[in-house]
Amino acid sequence: MSATLNETASDIVLIQPRQAPTRHIGAAAWVRRNLFPDWKNSLATLVVLGLLLYWVPLLIEWAVVNAEIRPDAAACKALEDRGACWGVIAEKYRIILFGRYPFEEQWRPLIAIVLMLVMIVVSCVPKMWTRWLGVAWVLNFVVFFALMRGGFAGLAYVETSRWGGFPLTLLLSTLGIAAAFPLSVFVALGRRSHLPAIRAVCVAYVELIRGIPLISVLFMASFMFPLFMPPGTTPDVLLRVLVGIILFAAAYLAEAVRGGLQAVPKGQVEAADSLGLTYWQAQRKIVLPQALRLVIPSIMNSFISTYKDTSLVTIVSLYDLTGGLTLALGGDPNWRQFYLEGNLFVALIYWAGCFFMSRYSQWIEKRTSRGQGR
Amino acid sequence: MPDAPRAAVIDPGKAPRPAAKASFWRSRAVRGVLYQVVLLVILVLVGFYLTHNTLENMRVRGIQSGFGFFNEPAGFGIGESVIAYDSSDPYWKAFVVGFTNTLRVSIVGVIFTTIIGVLVGVGRLSRNFLIRSLCTGYVELFRNVPILLQLLMWYFIMTDRLPDTESALNPLPGFFLSKNGLSFPVPVWATGHIGTLAGLVVGIVLAVWHARRARVKFRETGQKPSQFWPAVGFILGATLIGWLAGGMPGALDMPEKNEISVAGGGAVTPEFLAITIGLTIYTAAFIAEIVRSAIQAVPRGQSEAAGSLGLTPGQSLRLVLLPQAMRIIIPPLTNQYLNLIKNSTLAVAVGYPDLVSISNTTLNQTGRAVECILVMMTVYLVLSLLTAAFTNWFNARVAIRER
Amino acid sequence: MNAVTQTAADPIITYEKVNKWYGQFHVLRDIELSVARGERIVICGPSGSGKSTLIRCINRLEEHQEGRLTVDGMELTDDVKIIEKVRREVGMVFQQFNLFPHLTVLENLTLAPTWVGKMPLKEAQERAMTQLKRVRIAEQAGKYPLQLSGGQQQRVAIARALCLTPKIMLFDEPTSALDPEMIKEVLDVMIDLAGQGITMLCVTHEMGFARSVADRVIFMDQGQIIEQNTPIEFFEHPKSERTKDFLSKILQH
Repeated sequence: MSATLNETASDIVLIQPRQAPTRHIGAAAWVRRNLFPDWKNSLATLVVLGLLLYWVPLLIEWAVVNAEIRPDAAACKALEDRGACWGVIAEKYRIILFGRYPFEEQWRPLIAIVLMLVMIVVSCVPKMWTRWLGVAWVLNFVVFFALMRGGFAGLAYVETSRWGGFPLTLLLSTLGIAAAFPLSVFVALGRRSHLPAIRAVCVAYVELIRGIPLISVLFMASFMFPLFMPPGTTPDVLLRVLVGIILFAAAYLAEAVRGGLQAVPKGQVEAADSLGLTYWQAQRKIVLPQALRLVIPSIMNSFISTYKDTSLVTIVSLYDLTGGLTLALGGDPNWRQFYLEGNLFVALIYWAGCFFMSRYSQWIEKRTSRGQGR
Repeated sequence: MPDAPRAAVIDPGKAPRPAAKASFWRSRAVRGVLYQVVLLVILVLVGFYLTHNTLENMRVRGIQSGFGFFNEPAGFGIGESVIAYDSSDPYWKAFVVGFTNTLRVSIVGVIFTTIIGVLVGVGRLSRNFLIRSLCTGYVELFRNVPILLQLLMWYFIMTDRLPDTESALNPLPGFFLSKNGLSFPVPVWATGHIGTLAGLVVGIVLAVWHARRARVKFRETGQKPSQFWPAVGFILGATLIGWLAGGMPGALDMPEKNEISVAGGGAVTPEFLAITIGLTIYTAAFIAEIVRSAIQAVPRGQSEAAGSLGLTPGQSLRLVLLPQAMRIIIPPLTNQYLNLIKNSTLAVAVGYPDLVSISNTTLNQTGRAVECILVMMTVYLVLSLLTAAFTNWFNARVAIRER
Repeated sequence: MNAVTQTAADPIITYEKVNKWYGQFHVLRDIELSVARGERIVICGPSGSGKSTLIRCINRLEEHQEGRLTVDGMELTDDVKIIEKVRREVGMVFQQFNLFPHLTVLENLTLAPTWVGKMPLKEAQERAMTQLKRVRIAEQAGKYPLQLSGGQQQRVAIARALCLTPKIMLFDEPTSALDPEMIKEVLDVMIDLAGQGITMLCVTHEMGFARSVADRVIFMDQGQIIEQNTPIEFFEHPKSERTKDFLSKILQH
């Protein structure tokens, strides 16, 4: 076959773009590429489809069609496992969500929850990241405590050991991270210090805490903390647990912050030094802003982990959301057998929080990395 | 007209002046020492204060201190144990039982969670949309629910939803699953098994010898002959020959179900099942993410270069992608293993007698909070440090050499 | 009109009305091209014009959706065997070098001949050393890729591709990722190679290289071949407005 070069005209005719042939685009092509590319995958697709077509209708039947929503134990039992008993939630939701908080006063934790959720949502909007947000959070915590504790202005006093359910989970997570963060920054800076004693103390703290399970930290806080205080005083149960969570979260956060600090090029500190800034000025104005921007995904991860970890306070007898579930169903012979549905309800609350937090974290990461260039 | 300024004349005869010394309080060195001294003094003072309070509190409550109580009889039974134990045994033995229980869960958990995690991680990168979605769904579901909640769910299923012993499930011959746990067949020890063991030992020796020879060969010719398959072949083959030589002992202790119970064979309790299954499934979700991101972290150009050289996808995976992915996977993977071990402490919530559970019981019984917690913390700290040391060693050994 | 017609008796690569889409983006439009054996072609054009895609279709790193692409008598389709055979005859050098960082330089070169070409290791190593000498980097055989400079790595990459004695060598912007002082050493190697009769297709902005070595310069824009000519004619008498525009931009310095 003889090959010829194109004739080079003085101004070539441009070929206009065309639609791709339908064989390669569109729904049919997608199905072919993603479900039946070769025989092994086709087989897998058929098997999975078969299993799904068998299980999914059964699941829908159990969860929706035959389900019982009314808080009627007898009706639920009559279902004999053919349907879900969502009635257990209708019956027990107040204990699950509010723990042992006195029944008539439960409007207070409800308001507290709403307030906290609103603050969280507001904090997610980058436009709101100003000094005033910090002030707002402090106010939020103050109001939260005042509302839950009561003892003034006609509000009945409710001791902290009776606080529970979702408000407790939210409080421990948000206050835990909020207090752990500044501590972690100091520890991270300390780890990078040139002074050996400071470095040793910070390293010891981080490695010690990261090496032991959270439950032992909570045990320490629960059993050993009272021993550390002068005889006769009993530190508040909530305070003990909060300290434990803060110390735990700070150790992990410190590692993340340290990673961020390491990622800031050395030249930044050198430039700051040559401009005459002191150590603390340089850290505050130059290094930390850059480091923390890099560390935001890790902070989000830490928040998600802490949110999940608060469930462990059940083991030291503080009835958070998970504890509320045990409280609600553990001792009630009528409803005990419907633990599955209760567990799913609580799992959904945790799952929703974690899932949306991680989606948000990914979005924030994309957003902040836009400023760093490609 | 003013004189032109005279240049300073350096007189070589005079000795050079010493560099100016900063005033004592301003010098960086002194300040550094000062800060550290202050910190240490504060720490020591705080330490003294806390210790003083602790001793006071213990005196007031009549709690003695010291580790002597570990030799006293424990006075409580333990639900399951690998070694023989009863309530008259000393506390330290109870702790040992707890530790062996922790090991049991950890070892079984690590094996299965790795298998599941790798499968799901690779599945997330599959070409098949359904497999991809299912694996993604798995990860997103189990990662975002607290482990404690998952453990409680599995505990409920194991103790409430499974049939009673009378109507135990029998999925495979010799396997029985019920509210009382899982029973399975166990090989019976016969003298013939000595042959099998001997074969195993010989196989391992052969594998090591072969590896040594391979290293020598590599130095001489630059070629690294395959080490994995021959090693497997040696071990399996020699074990098989040993088994045959020992008379092929194949007796199994099969569990048998009669009217009311299952007897015989090996058994694990529902608590063990709950915590092992729960931990395995939870940790596998994290391992899947590690595997997936490690495979994706290998630059696309690597597989393109391998392809353009004519390597098949299988060869490209084995020779180019996996070696690079492994280096990225191992450190976070060992971290997840450590997390699994730390999460096993939640056994106390499902009634499985692990180390923390026993420690908790002892603590409640004797009031010796400090000692018990210290023992517990030390054990896990040692495990963590061992893992960190291993990870550092591994990183140093396989690090890709750079300028 | 300066039509250059060349009747090659047996072209090694032929594009017949080749079209390719990325999703809905029409990246290659009605490509008609014929490459003779031993011919050295430089392809240039603005970014996004499809030049890399053009040559990546030759060893099936990209798939075309329409048209026929024939390499050394074999038509490129989804047939795995054909793709393997073609890849054994086509060597590629990438912009990012893509050396295997966990293997030494020598191992990088012997990997394909031993695993694909089923060559005994000793022979593969001898061949590797020959190629390393050819690109003047034999003394680095025991080093790891990340211990070398960019220019050295790219030369190793060229040697690696040559170990399979390909009939066709593809270069995808081989010097674009290099610091300026290292570009020359890589270009020298390529010029050396060009004098040895191997068919070369090179996507590059190095016009000096094009002038001294190429038999033909092709200009692409928006997925189609706008103009092609001998280097002298191409640079001194560009025909199309687009070509003139492009040349004026890149020939400033």
